[in-house]
Amino acid sequence: MGLTNQATGFRTLRENFLPASTGGYLVALAGNPNAGKSTVFNALTGLKQHTGNWPGKTVLQARGKFTHQGHTFTLVDLPGTYSLLANSVEEQVARDFICFGRPDVTVVVVDATCLERNLNLVLQVTETTNAVVVCLNLMDEARRKRIAIDVPLLARELGVPVVPTAARRGEGLAHLKDTIAAVATGALCPGPAPIIYDADIEAAAGQLTRQLQPLLRGRLNARWVALRLLEGDATLLQGIQQFLGVDLSEPGIKLQVKEVLV
Amino acid sequence: MAGQKTDPVLVEAQRLAGDLEDSYRDRIVAALYAQAEAIASRAVKEAPAPRREFDWRLDAILTSRLWGYPIMLALLAVVFWLTLKGANYPSALLASLLFAFQDILTSLFHRLDAPAWLHGIVVLGMYRTLAWVVAVMLPPMAIFFPLFTLLEDLGYLPRIAFNLDNFFKKAGAHGKQALTMCMGFGCNAAGVVGCRIIDSPRERLLAILTNNFSPCNGRFPTLITLAGIFMGGLLTTAAGVAAATLTVVGIILLGIVLMFFTSWLLSRTLLKGVPSSFTLELPPYRPPQVLRVIIRSVLDRTLYVLARAVLVAAPAGAFTWVLANVHLGAFSIIDHMAGWLQPLGKVVGLDGYILLAFILGLPANEIVIPILLMSYLSTGMLTEVNSLAALGEILVRHGWTWITALNVMLFSLMHWPCGTTLLTIYKETKSLKWPLLAAVIPTALGLAACFLVKLLAGLLDIVAAG
Repeated sequence: MGLTNQATGFRTLRENFLPASTGGYLVALAGNPNAGKSTVFNALTGLKQHTGNWPGKTVLQARGKFTHQGHTFTLVDLPGTYSLLANSVEEQVARDFICFGRPDVTVVVVDATCLERNLNLVLQVTETTNAVVVCLNLMDEARRKRIAIDVPLLARELGVPVVPTAARRGEGLAHLKDTIAAVATGALCPGPAPIIYDADIEAAAGQLTRQLQPLLRGRLNARWVALRLLEGDATLLQGIQQFLGVDLSEPGIKLQVKEVLV
Repeated sequence: MAGQKTDPVLVEAQRLAGDLEDSYRDRIVAALYAQAEAIASRAVKEAPAPRREFDWRLDAILTSRLWGYPIMLALLAVVFWLTLKGANYPSALLASLLFAFQDILTSLFHRLDAPAWLHGIVVLGMYRTLAWVVAVMLPPMAIFFPLFTLLEDLGYLPRIAFNLDNFFKKAGAHGKQALTMCMGFGCNAAGVVGCRIIDSPRERLLAILTNNFSPCNGRFPTLITLAGIFMGGLLTTAAGVAAATLTVVGIILLGIVLMFFTSWLLSRTLLKGVPSSFTLELPPYRPPQVLRVIIRSVLDRTLYVLARAVLVAAPAGAFTWVLANVHLGAFSIIDHMAGWLQPLGKVVGLDGYILLAFILGLPANEIVIPILLMSYLSTGMLTEVNSLAALGEILVRHGWTWITALNVMLFSLMHWPCGTTLLTIYKETKSLKWPLLAAVIPTALGLAACFLVKLLAGLLDIVAAG
């Protein structure tokens, strides 16, 4: 959050977690701190927010709009996080929005100069939802540091579209908008490759997934919820109860988790 | 707080998972990281030395034990020196333009045979207050905000946090409080919301309660103007500008010291506990986009703050004019109100009008000086054109000395937060106790500090006279 007129004074009192239905498509913007999320946000929505060069400035979600190919897109700038494990408030805000805010597309802004660390977040997001676009940002800095990235290979490995950009210079933004529109309208359906875990985790997750599916009715990725349950994530259970009205701590499920874990 | 209510199913799951050799969480995370590493190693074809040479060297200086603090202070001083030096002339120019227009407005009202009270409210109340706000506040803000934004853009703020981390830790507070402190310099309400980046509820409360010690946008113009008049001798000499700069920097440093002190005190009394650790990534230095920074900071901050001041100052100006011109008996309402506050004001080296201006300024700190001027000016006439000199003359005519000015600056630093900030604190803490405490602590400190200054000045006077 820069100290903009959206973020200071009386407007700080306005809480904005879940947006009202806007008619257009809802796009979430996630990414590591300092990967250039806010710059991408500005470049897409047209200079609405000052971007400060310091981590943690986006505590509230900033939002803006843009139109492309006749569609309206509402863009939500999430706090920068290294993971979605809900270790901190930022991570929880970002995760809750991606899970329960029902964005049509989640764009993960990635710092091309330190790909490995940024991919951790990408993989966690693709585990949650299929509708993901990776925005490989800071390509200009990567070029200057002579880092070469095989973009088609990266896209194949991740199973989601990867768009190289240099948002500060406006490079690649048209392509990014095209890709966001394609995924939002369903013209492009990313199929991220699942991460394969150890055999016993897979067995436990598979069993839980089957039991969760009828309860979640497709509103959340059941395999992902199963994995979080195995991790012992309390905040997610609260989120599921709060936003979906499904109480996973009811006795039936409790028994099943117990069974699986034994 | 989320996460504190434990679910029975979770307790069960944790118990069972704990029995296993590796916890599921560790193994899941490990698999994830391995996958990320594998993909990255295939996709990145050419990777040179991973870390940035230049950044390393710059950080070694900017965050060094020896140079970190001097550089921080020097940067702060340069920013305010430029602000004070640069704002003087445009301020005078704006004032003469705006007050020339007031004469035109007045003659227009006369020609239209408008009633005197209408002319009073609209021209002497609203317009004159507005003119003061614009002439006095706009130029320094138009210089200060772009400079501050440039530092922010360069990536200097996290280095400040890094430098101050040790102090915050010693005060029992969270290192991220340095970041919320910096946000507070922009706007305390934003700083309070920014405290959400601090996870521990105890440390977040510390940061929320002490954020008010960062003088915000609304208070900087007061500090800069008063320092310019009384410590800087109207900024006509280089020594004057230097003295005014040092005063403003001193006030800010005092605010930071008070933030540490209050955090330390609270973490040993009301909010006991140990500070938690955190990771702070020092982002790469990036060349600031100068033109964009200037445009954005002028549009987003300067004009926004000004608009807020104008929006609040116009009705407040009219309201104050009415208070100053409706008489009950021999005195106006404002005289009565100031009269009640006068004894307290005098004890702490202020006066009743000043305290009243701070009270009426609750909606926004930007309007404290305009309200004060309104109540001083309700009877007097404005003659000078140079804004600083004219302002100084009015204040001196009402008994101000440099001690009064210093006390007003101190009280501006240490008094209750503005209404918006108090509401924000209430919203963030969901309890009336914390906004109340956030108002009581600085006010008590402010009154004590002003009293002390007056006492010391009195002693000095006796010594000098003897």
